[in-house]
Amino acid sequence: MTGSTPFRAAAAAALADRRLRATLKSAVAVFRGNRARGLALLAPAEFEALRHRAAEVRRRCLRSLPVLLERLEHNVVAAGGHVHWARTGAEANEIVARIAAAEGVRLAVKGKSMVTEETGLNAALAARGVEAVETDLGEWIVQLADEKPSHIVAPAMHKNRREVSELFHKHLGEPLSDDIPELTLMARRALRARFLAADMGITGANMAVAETGSVVLVENEGNIRMSTTLPRVHVAVMSIEKVVATLDDMAALLAVLPRSCTGQTLSSYTSILSGPRRPGEADGARVFHLVLLDNGRSALVADPAMRDVLACVRCGACINVCPVYAHVGGHSYGSAYCGPMGSLLAPLLARAQGAPEAATLAELPFACTTCGACASVCPVRIDHPTLLLELRRRAANAPETAGLAPLGPRAAAAFARLATRPGLWRAAAAAARVLDPGLLLARRMPGVGTAITLWARSRRPPRLRRPFSARWPALRRSLEDSNG
Amino acid sequence: MTHVHLFIPCLVDQFMPEAGEAAARVLARAGARVDCPRGQTCCGQPLYKSGHGDQARALALRFLHLFADAEAVVAPSGSCVHMVRAVYPALLADDPGAHASALALGQRTFELTEFLVRRMGVTDLGARFAGRVAYHDSCQVGRALGVRAEPLALLRAVDGLTLAEVEDADQCCGFGGPFAVQFEDVSAALLDDKLAALLAAAPTALTAAEPSCLLHLRGGLQRRGLALPALHIAQILASEAP
Repeated sequence: MTGSTPFRAAAAAALADRRLRATLKSAVAVFRGNRARGLALLAPAEFEALRHRAAEVRRRCLRSLPVLLERLEHNVVAAGGHVHWARTGAEANEIVARIAAAEGVRLAVKGKSMVTEETGLNAALAARGVEAVETDLGEWIVQLADEKPSHIVAPAMHKNRREVSELFHKHLGEPLSDDIPELTLMARRALRARFLAADMGITGANMAVAETGSVVLVENEGNIRMSTTLPRVHVAVMSIEKVVATLDDMAALLAVLPRSCTGQTLSSYTSILSGPRRPGEADGARVFHLVLLDNGRSALVADPAMRDVLACVRCGACINVCPVYAHVGGHSYGSAYCGPMGSLLAPLLARAQGAPEAATLAELPFACTTCGACASVCPVRIDHPTLLLELRRRAANAPETAGLAPLGPRAAAAFARLATRPGLWRAAAAAARVLDPGLLLARRMPGVGTAITLWARSRRPPRLRRPFSARWPALRRSLEDSNG
Repeated sequence: MTHVHLFIPCLVDQFMPEAGEAAARVLARAGARVDCPRGQTCCGQPLYKSGHGDQARALALRFLHLFADAEAVVAPSGSCVHMVRAVYPALLADDPGAHASALALGQRTFELTEFLVRRMGVTDLGARFAGRVAYHDSCQVGRALGVRAEPLALLRAVDGLTLAEVEDADQCCGFGGPFAVQFEDVSAALLDDKLAALLAAAPTALTAAEPSCLLHLRGGLQRRGLALPALHIAQILASEAP
């Protein structure tokens, strides 16, 4: 419990960074406020009904995932698109790189996509001589800074306007500015040139509709729509769990997704793309590829206790209300996914992939106060705390991760033995109270001592008192007397 | 006459026994007959939260046995009630008999303010407490059990008491059981925020219905040299005119 870990080291650095903490604090406040204002437009029961519906859609579609994926493939192909199946992130990257090579692509523009962050697509393309330029404002800022996104919805959540302006000054030669619209215009000018020069647009997908073979993309900047309509080729990369059966299912999810994310009833742009441009149509990519990525999801589907994690629609609401996230920021999680949903998804995927970082990421479920704010806002009613506790159980019981649990198996067994022997329990407490009521000597004990010392850094340890159980007989008599 | 079996969490037993005494007095004043089964230790929550839920099974079975005959089990703690009501059935899922008992007992187990207001229909206990009180809406009381209005209704009925408006009253105080030491610096940062929000309400006392948060807040106040009392809500409800 004393040794450092990647999460703890990153969290400590974040806590020491006053600028980052101020930026995070105001950013989560904006997200929380937007969501609250958006939901205030509905009667609470109305939103609960929408949540209920969306939760049902996600569970139902996960249950029939193989059938829906086959139907999706069939209908995408029928609409003139191409479908590729990728077992791993490396396979997905390879597929996209081969499409780029076949189409003679040198420059690709990208709409924000967490799944290609998961696979590390940009680096894979760069290694093959294809430049991939992010076009989501936040994601592009992060790319210019050579960093990673710190939030699944707002990739540059960790940066304030001054930091952004400094980046634009350094990379674009723009004058320094504190004005956000002005900064946005600088980005637009720089990105417009890339859009026009790109041969390929790469996006993720918020979902796909099996019955129509459509890919659905939700955004506010218009960069995703431009990435899918301006370049000749559009490649969408989607993880397999995001397929829904029907347009009605899609509508049920769209009713909660923007509301939970930005508080909007509907995002500024919702694109429903069904295959490439058909003869006679004025716009759209001429070639459309859909890459369906597993990367560990099948193993999760086959894990009933954890399957619910795949119901996630990536709205970010759980992240925005998470008190731990608000203090440590997204980079601390060491994954493309952060906050409550990331603390579930990152270790589960890594484990299913057999990735070397699986043992490190197994710490994330412990970095949670189980306050439940996440579950209370989740639009598809994922019960994050219960699932995180199941992951703690698994970590504590696996030899390679048992050290991450705050109690070792032997200490836990000793505690359980003591707590099943009330006489011994009382005697131990009485002895401690007599010898060490302020828990000073106990700080020298292995295990317990470390815990008390850590506690005492910011909180005075409590004093052991004459216990309630010893006081009860007298109290009981006095209560009986006064009741007559 | 309502017959209550008091469920005294280990933290209350060892570190804040007066909260348990106050809970017993308040229940008696509300008209309940109060018993407290001997041999109570710990509900197993520290084990469960540390990833050792399997080891907590024995404690769950003990609890079912200790309170088997109780008509109503009442605890001055939201998290321990949540443990019994929501976690025990899951821990005992592979034992149909114990699982059914756990589900049934969970339905008869209540957090103190929940029991007073919802079961006994009482809000005014004739208490008197002079002061401006800031209520911390603990995660395991408000969010986990859905008990938000009851503590406030009880506090509002206390003679001489003014409720201080607390910003983001349902934000976590950063305790989180083992989290408080495993991620000590993050926990301390959350505690800083929580204390700042509570103190901004200019209270003369803090209160909550959850002993673990109270230990955390109390320890934080003392560490900062602040003399502000952090009382269990039962202690306020048990207060009488001087």
